[in-house]
Amino acid sequence: MAFIRAFGSYLPSRVVDNAELAALVGADPNWILKATGIEQRRYADPSETVATLGTRAAQDCLDAAGLSAADIGLVLVSCGSNERRFPGPATEIASNLGMSGTPAIDLPLASAGSLFALSMAAGLSSTYRHILVIGTEIMSRAIACEPAGRDTAILFGDGAGACLVSADTGCGRIVDSIIRSDGEFAGALRLELNSTVYMEGRTIILQATRKIPRAILELLERNGRKSDEIGTYLMHQANLNLITRVAAALVVPESRFFRSIERYGNTSSASLLIAASEWWHTNGRKLSAPVLLTAFGAGLNWGAVLIDSYTE
Amino acid sequence: MDTQTKILTILRGVAQKPIEPAPDESLFDSGLLDSFALPDLASALEKEFGIHIPDRDLTPTKFDSVERIERYLNSRT
Repeated sequence: MAFIRAFGSYLPSRVVDNAELAALVGADPNWILKATGIEQRRYADPSETVATLGTRAAQDCLDAAGLSAADIGLVLVSCGSNERRFPGPATEIASNLGMSGTPAIDLPLASAGSLFALSMAAGLSSTYRHILVIGTEIMSRAIACEPAGRDTAILFGDGAGACLVSADTGCGRIVDSIIRSDGEFAGALRLELNSTVYMEGRTIILQATRKIPRAILELLERNGRKSDEIGTYLMHQANLNLITRVAAALVVPESRFFRSIERYGNTSSASLLIAASEWWHTNGRKLSAPVLLTAFGAGLNWGAVLIDSYTE
Repeated sequence: MDTQTKILTILRGVAQKPIEPAPDESLFDSGLLDSFALPDLASALEKEFGIHIPDRDLTPTKFDSVERIERYLNSRT
């Protein structure tokens, strides 16, 4: 069995609201809010890197779990906005935390990366015992804050989230997961070298609104659950309209979907764990009902993870 | 009712207003429909015409005008 032991997060201190961004991209602040549901996002300081953000989130998670870096058997880091082609931030984060020799693996999947890492951690926990899953992104350096880059610049922010998956115990038991990939639309959402994010928004919306509910319903059905039995849905914070669509497709109240997109925007693969961490801390660091995590992003990659509340 | 008339009826339902697009007019670039209406449009077409639109066909260009929608539907029959 695999358990969720703790969550953690780190958000850079600089707040960029719609008024500031609108002036740069030539848009109306109210239009940004209406189109995305985002009121503000965080931008990293020039001195920060995806590794420093990820380290802060990971340390926050370790502190919440009451464990130290020496307890960790494996580090999985999702990041689509790394500053260099290789190495990814995983080994640097592990080193920053004081680990030496602990395997640290990068998953450069962007938005769905932390969900994929969680699913993999569940399968690997019996071997590595305590697995630190991290999603860290500095998307503000992958967008063009000018009129030509308006449609993507309004979406993204920076941040990092973390989760500790343990074989021993935790506040939630990972029941099952589904991860899926489809390269048919690999070009529809991509970040080329020395470029900015390219996104065919309508294609992504069409694919996401079909694939996310389908994965969730498949996961629920094979575990004998109904969508209204899930207490909280934690979804990649891509766009408020997408969250609304997925809730409608599952025929569950939108209020079951925890939201942080208003404050942090779309932080790509970090967003799922940032939202999970905020929700978990707000709810007394426990699960009182089943929770379902879901994400979708470049690749295309998508999936869902089902977690039951657990007490020893 | 011919195919174009059925498509127009669906489009008005999805848009929730009495739109009257020209056959070759872009539904999205013109602002007649927003991006999040696309999934509803695809679902309504599946229901009305008794077809399943596979994920690989779910691209905006196939559904961007009345003419393109009709062309896609004809390709499926």
